[in-house]
Amino acid sequence: MVLYLLLMLFLPILTLFATGFSLPPDRFWSIATSNLAWATYGITISLALGSAVCNGVFGTLVAWVLVRYDFPGKKLIDASIDIPFALPTAVAGVVLTTVYSENGILGRLFAPGSPLGSLWGEEGLRLAFARPGVFIAMTFVSLPFVIRTVQPVLEDMEKEVEEAAWCLGASPATTFWYVIFPPLIPSILTGVALAFSRAVGEFGSVVIIAANLPFDDMVSSVLIFQRLEQFDYPGATVIGIMMLFLSVALLFVINLLQNWSSKSG
Amino acid sequence: MVKGKKISIEFLLITIALLFLGAMIYMPLLALLAEVVQGGWDVIVKTWHDRNFQSAVLLTILTAGIAVPLNTIFGLCTAWVLVRQRFPGRALVMTILDLPFSISPVVVGLMLVLLYGKHGWLGQIFDRFNIPIVFNLPGMVLATIFVSLPFVAREVMPILEEVGTAEEEAAKTLGASGWQTFWLVTVPNIKWGILYGVLLTNARAMGEFGAVSVLSGNILGKTQTLPLFIEEVYTNYQTGEAFAASLVLAMLALVTLVLKEWLSQKTGSGHRRIH
Repeated sequence: MVLYLLLMLFLPILTLFATGFSLPPDRFWSIATSNLAWATYGITISLALGSAVCNGVFGTLVAWVLVRYDFPGKKLIDASIDIPFALPTAVAGVVLTTVYSENGILGRLFAPGSPLGSLWGEEGLRLAFARPGVFIAMTFVSLPFVIRTVQPVLEDMEKEVEEAAWCLGASPATTFWYVIFPPLIPSILTGVALAFSRAVGEFGSVVIIAANLPFDDMVSSVLIFQRLEQFDYPGATVIGIMMLFLSVALLFVINLLQNWSSKSG
Repeated sequence: MVKGKKISIEFLLITIALLFLGAMIYMPLLALLAEVVQGGWDVIVKTWHDRNFQSAVLLTILTAGIAVPLNTIFGLCTAWVLVRQRFPGRALVMTILDLPFSISPVVVGLMLVLLYGKHGWLGQIFDRFNIPIVFNLPGMVLATIFVSLPFVAREVMPILEEVGTAEEEAAKTLGASGWQTFWLVTVPNIKWGILYGVLLTNARAMGEFGAVSVLSGNILGKTQTLPLFIEEVYTNYQTGEAFAASLVLAMLALVTLVLKEWLSQKTGSGHRRIH
């Protein structure tokens, strides 16, 4: 078992570092901080952060609706939340591109000349094959995280506390912000961090929905892939190490958040 | 008055939630179904008889057929060791076990290319025996194993912890050997957890795109799994075939979800576990 883990997990990670750090430091540094690399970090991190926050807001809302309200089809909808985890990313890319491209059902709403599209100027708003498409793909693949971390906390929350707040004369808004929301914060943040971590590394759906233009909508994982295709191993390795650092740092943050939420929950 | 206001807020929130889920999940899936129906029976038949599609299906089943059993056996061992034994570095192993969930699939592919490629540490050894790994089937299997490695261990560990050691110790005092205890006492206790893990492992193994894409030479028909086939035909504007093949994988995902739901009712837990 130790050998299996060693061979399958440790050794590949070790090789990545060994290869990266066998480069001269100034070469490593110049690849890691090249203009194109900086551009992809910026695009990746800003879009992933945006999608994680979007999932934080809507995920909390969906969790709330699923726990507190009753409506027909609720069970089915609850089960369908896991679809983004079960659906292969290539399929996600294909279906999202279909829906959000200029001729797609939802993409059409923002096409040039349409009422919503006109808000963005004459060109309309391009969703697929541009940054918004990447944002949509990232939001899709990380959608279940916040919902699934918030749901159990909401379920365990005692209704008596809320009722007590009401009896003491608090308005619904006050009850929400001062009584319901604070205990949810650790679980929301855990979910957002998990979603962010997933979105940063996402490749399959993003590469399909994006135009993958450098400095425009190319993310870091696509840059690594393109460098590998050109057999530029040092170039790919350095960016790979930067991404790995980010995932390990995020894993650390997520562990801290999970400890916090299990303590407060 | 207050009651009415409350209901309208409820209605509003449910509507927003459904709009969000609709735009993100339901519309795309319905659009896929609509496209396949619109493409008609001919496209489905044509895709079905496409040599590349057939070999992609076979290759997908083959890679999952190798990766899933291996990850199940070793995932079980890993879970048992991590739960029942205390050793230095245990926390580190637990953290590293989670890494395949958070590393980008492309970085996974990159690591394996570096390790098993022509100049890699292990690549040189395999090269001497003329066994090609990278850009070939063995590389794709390795990539699949890497990305789906933690599922079984992650699902089984909490159940093992919950079951405790009392029954195992009782079996031992009654004279059962280590293997007997494991097969007759431990495994029956955790069988639903194992099944749950296998299900998730299989879904990930059959659907993996990024890591496998790096490791495949992407030679049409030879080293293409179903997800790679879909991407290839889609970017070649053979959208009809891409939708038909996507529907196959989407069905697989739905079956996985239904089984998952059924299993979580059996175990009474696991439903809300993330990953």
